[in-house]
Amino acid sequence: MKIKPAVLTGVHFMNGDYACAEGALAAGCRFFAGYPITPATEIAEAMSRRMPHVGGIFIQMEDELASMNSILGASCAGVKSMTATSGPGFSLMMENFGLGIMMEIPCVLVNIQRGGPSTGLPTMVGQQDMMQARWGSHGDYEVIALTPSSPQEMFDYTIKAFNLSEKYRLPVLIMSDEIVGHMTERVVIPNEEDIFIINRKKPKNKPGKYLMFQPEEDLIPCMANAGEGYKVITTGLTHDERGYPDMSAEAQEILITRLCDKIRKNKDDIIEYTVFGQDDAEIIIAAYGSPARSALSAVSLARKEGIKVGLFRMITVWPFPEEKVLELATRARVIIVPEINKGQIVHEVERCSKGRCQVISLPKLARIHTPYEILNVIKEVSNS
Amino acid sequence: MKHTGIKICGFGGQGIILSGYIMGKAAAIYDKKHATLTQSYGPESRGGACSAQVIISDRKVDYPEVLHPDILIVMSKEAYDKYTPGLNNKGMLIYDEDLVENDNKFSTGTGIFSIPATRIAEDLGKKIVANIIMLGFFTAVTDIIKVKSMENALLSSIPEGTEELNLKAFRLGYDYGLKKLNSKCDEGK
Repeated sequence: MKIKPAVLTGVHFMNGDYACAEGALAAGCRFFAGYPITPATEIAEAMSRRMPHVGGIFIQMEDELASMNSILGASCAGVKSMTATSGPGFSLMMENFGLGIMMEIPCVLVNIQRGGPSTGLPTMVGQQDMMQARWGSHGDYEVIALTPSSPQEMFDYTIKAFNLSEKYRLPVLIMSDEIVGHMTERVVIPNEEDIFIINRKKPKNKPGKYLMFQPEEDLIPCMANAGEGYKVITTGLTHDERGYPDMSAEAQEILITRLCDKIRKNKDDIIEYTVFGQDDAEIIIAAYGSPARSALSAVSLARKEGIKVGLFRMITVWPFPEEKVLELATRARVIIVPEINKGQIVHEVERCSKGRCQVISLPKLARIHTPYEILNVIKEVSNS
Repeated sequence: MKHTGIKICGFGGQGIILSGYIMGKAAAIYDKKHATLTQSYGPESRGGACSAQVIISDRKVDYPEVLHPDILIVMSKEAYDKYTPGLNNKGMLIYDEDLVENDNKFSTGTGIFSIPATRIAEDLGKKIVANIIMLGFFTAVTDIIKVKSMENALLSSIPEGTEELNLKAFRLGYDYGLKKLNSKCDEGK
C-alpha cells in the first residue's frame, strides 16, 4: 500500500463525495463511522481507504443510529469525527443528532440528498431533507447547514463545517445532493499550512474548577476531552453548567436559550452566500446546491437578453440568511426559488420577505432544473 | 469559445463512467480546460442502463448536464434508441458497430463513426478494454482532447499492472480512428 499524506496537496479530478472525504481528512478528521448508502457510499469508501494512511479509524457500523452515536463518542474523546448518509439513513440519525446538539459535541454529518420519502430514489437527486435538517430531531434548537455546489466546494466547505463545529460545539450538517456528490470536476487541494483550521476551546481552569457546560462570553463552553483529567459529565437530559441533570423549568430556560443564542447571536460569522448581478436586479433567483448552477446559467442567459436578474446563492442555509433576504425583497420585484423538492426553503424566503416582493416557488423532482426552465419563468415574470 | 457536451452510454460494467472520467481528467488536468463529469445509472451496478456526461469548456461549467450532446458515444442498442434522437443536429455519433445496428434513421452534421471496439478487445484477449479502445477512437476522430493528455489521464486512472494492456488498447482504437478519418477523406475526393 502506498501511504498518502492527510492533505493531498495538488490538482485532482475528483467527485464531490471523494472531495468531501479529503476535506474532512485535511480538517483533521480521524474517525469515520458510517453505514454505506447510495449516493453517499463513496464517502465511506474513500474513508475506508484513506483512514489507515493517516492513523485514523474507519468503522462500518451496524446502522445509522450507531454511526451517529459513535462519532459523538469519538469527538468526546477528542478525535474529530464525521459520518455520511442519505435518505432513510438521515432519518435514523436524527435522534442522536439531537443528542449531539444537547451535549454540544463537535462533529460533521453529511447528507448527500437523494429522492424521498422512504427509500425513494436511491440514485437520483433530491433536496427534500432541507426542513428535516432544521427540525428533524425533536425539541427546539439551532443548526448549521451548508450546501456546496461543486466538488471544490465539497472540499472547502467540509473543512469549514469542521471549523464551525469545533468553534460552536455542535454537529454541523453538510446538506449536499446527489448531483454534487457524484459530479467530478477539478479540485485544487492547497498546501497543508494554507488550510485554516479551528480547534475546540480547551479549559482554562484547573481540573477541579472546570465545569463542562459553563459558557464563556461568546456563550460557548470550553471542552475538555474525556481522559484529560477533567471531570467530564454529559447527558441528553436538561442539565446545569456542571453537566448534572436538572429537570427544572429554570434549567430548561437557561440551557435551551443558550443553545439557540450561541448560533443566533453569531449568525453573521456563520452565514455565507454569494450574490451575482444584484445591484440592478428586479428579479432575484434564490438557490442552493446543484440547482444554483442551473440558476447561474439562466441568469447569464437572461442578462444577455437585457433582463435585470440576479442570483442569490445560499452556501449556508441554516441559520437562514434572514436579513439578506429582506434586503433583497425590499429592492427586487420578484424572488424565484428553484429547489429539487415541492417547495421548502421557499417558505423561509417568503417569511423573510415580509410581503415586500412576490415569491415564486419553482419545484422540481429527481432532476435539476434546466437553465431554460428557470429562464422561462424569468421571462414570464419580466413580461408581466 | 468552445463548449462541448459529450454523452457516453451503454450498460453498467462496460466502463462507461471510467471512460467519462478519463476524458474529463485529460481535459481538466492535462489540457487545463474546464471539465465536468456527471453520471446517471440505476440501482444495479452491472447490466443496467448507464450514462456518463462530460462537458469540456474554455469557461467554468455552470449547468452540469448535457441535454443535446455534441458528441454521442453509444455502446448498446438500448442507448442508441434512447439517446440518438436527442443528438445535436450538428453533432457527431460514435458507436460500437457490433453492439449497435445503425438503422440509418439519423443523420448528423459532423458525421457518424463506428468501430467494432468490443470485437477488437476480444481479439486482444480482454473484453473489458472495449471502453479504452473506444476512447482511443474518440480521440482520433474528434479534435477535443490531446492524445498525450488522454494517455496521461488513462495511465493515472487504471489499476497498477494494467498499463501496457490499456495503452495498447487505446492505441489500437486511436489508429483505427485515424484510418477511418483518412478513408472518409478519400471518399470525399
